[in-house]
Amino acid sequence: MTGSSSAKTFTPPRPKGLPSWAVGYLFIAPAIIGFVAFYLYPAIRGLQISFTDWNLLSDPKFIGFQNYLEVFSDAKFWASFGVTVQYVLWNIPLQTVLSLLLAVAMDRLVSSMAIKGLLILPYLLSSVIVGMIFLWMLDPLLGILIQWLAATPIGKQTFFSSPEQAIPTIAIINIWKHMGFNALLFYAGMQSIPRTVYEAAKIDGASEWITFWRMTLPLLRPVTVFVMVTSVIGSFQIFDMIAVTTNGGPIDSTRVVVLYIYQNAFSFFRMGYATAMSMVLFVILVFFTLLQTRILRANESDLD
Amino acid sequence: MTSTATVSSPIRRKPPIPIGRVLAFIALGLIVLISVFPIWIVLKTALTSNSALFAEAGQLFPSQPTLINFQRVLGFLSQEEAQKAGGSGSSISFFAAMINSAIFTALIVFFQTFFSAMAAYAFARLKFPGRDAIFTMFLIALMIPGIVLFIPNFITIKNLGLLDSMGGMVAPFVLMSPFAVFFLRQFFLSLPRETEEAAFLDGANPFVIFWRITLPMSQGPLVTLAILTAIGSWNEFFWPFLIAKNESTFTLPVALQIFKTQTPQGSPDWTGLMAGTFVAIIPIFILLLVMGRRVVESLQFSGAK
Repeated sequence: MTGSSSAKTFTPPRPKGLPSWAVGYLFIAPAIIGFVAFYLYPAIRGLQISFTDWNLLSDPKFIGFQNYLEVFSDAKFWASFGVTVQYVLWNIPLQTVLSLLLAVAMDRLVSSMAIKGLLILPYLLSSVIVGMIFLWMLDPLLGILIQWLAATPIGKQTFFSSPEQAIPTIAIINIWKHMGFNALLFYAGMQSIPRTVYEAAKIDGASEWITFWRMTLPLLRPVTVFVMVTSVIGSFQIFDMIAVTTNGGPIDSTRVVVLYIYQNAFSFFRMGYATAMSMVLFVILVFFTLLQTRILRANESDLD
Repeated sequence: MTSTATVSSPIRRKPPIPIGRVLAFIALGLIVLISVFPIWIVLKTALTSNSALFAEAGQLFPSQPTLINFQRVLGFLSQEEAQKAGGSGSSISFFAAMINSAIFTALIVFFQTFFSAMAAYAFARLKFPGRDAIFTMFLIALMIPGIVLFIPNFITIKNLGLLDSMGGMVAPFVLMSPFAVFFLRQFFLSLPRETEEAAFLDGANPFVIFWRITLPMSQGPLVTLAILTAIGSWNEFFWPFLIAKNESTFTLPVALQIFKTQTPQGSPDWTGLMAGTFVAIIPIFILLLVMGRRVVESLQFSGAK
């Protein structure tokens, strides 16, 4: 096996004195160290910690499934889960529809790189920055949007400082951040649909609206599934923007799952309980991913 | 090209000026405006002096633009001058944070890309026991949510005594990223093998082939990956927020968050914050201006995997 190389199945040769398997391991050595230290080990260690009671100072105490039992009976955890779901429901449907519409507009009207650049600018900004900008524009006293709203019949709104409006506000801000990027992904998908399909539809007398519903959307399904699955997974893990804007308030109305886990780990130093919750979140996310791919029938592309 | 021809084709029984098209243009223009407007407000606020902030809150332009906010948050003014200009007087310097962010980003982009490329090359071209099993584990790692890994990783970094250090901040990112390995392996697999074979016949070893042939042939995907990694690291918040505990290690997003919470009289120092925010946006602007097409194509690609 070693050293033999036919022209058909070419394997790069080994340097002098090194067996070929050793060359392979040398190439992956840095990545393997990184993977073991910061992916594999923490995954196993996290699972292990989740069965203990540990405050980082004293020795961890093994308590079996007690943390997991607590997760299932902890009203605050399920409240935070409810807040997260509420956020996802405000965020995803509106974001997907708006991105699709924007992609159609891009597909039909512009190919200018400058416009695309401006549309993805919000996506390139850190969530911290975006949170900060909107916190300022919606500042109850001096925010420009508040001042402008006050001059309209709608009047001043509370946004971040009311339990009812805080989650929708954060959802809409995240739509602002992600819409251009998602539209770009949809647009790329639309570009890969052969123009002949549209021409055929046009010859058959189909209106643009019918073409969109009957041709574009079905052919776009793999992209839609990708965008929605990654958006939902991302939305379920929202943290940065909430940490900057409301930090869970007012009255816990924006305390999402990851924030609650973070508080348990780094404010209450309940490492075991926090890791147990993160494991539960992981399982929930895997479940949602499988469910979503199933419902949207990811792998069936009508183009093939 | 063909679409312009079909629009004006006589088969369509639509009015000569398609109203739908005009409306779509207006909507698109509006969305572009909405995308850019908040960033203009950042600049406008940063250019407004603290004393004029209240009076000009609803205005679109600063009546007397000033650079004093940039000067004080970047540490170009003495403490007394900064305090007089309406700052909180606290000594947070975005200048140090900017340098930290630049180092943090540069280290991650360079080492993560290089080590991931090495691994990707091995997975695509070399044969060794356990190769496919290891690669599969990398793929599984792609799906694990950040919070699951952050807590044990925090404990690792704490045990290594690397809390509050640049080493601790970059450690989980510099040696590999599952996405980078996956992305580059796909590309390496698509490269023709002929050049490598020729080099082999000339007696080159795999390290030479990787360095002299594969890497130079992969400039496009390497740049794409570097752009995606750079944007991600420049914006990274959660991990540096856990590890950085004082001003000498804060990156820009962390410094902004800490600066915000240092509220002198109840309300944050908005002009200073917006100056700091704008400083954090500038590199993104430059990236878009210099290689906008590349950025757009890279992002498009990040979804096409």
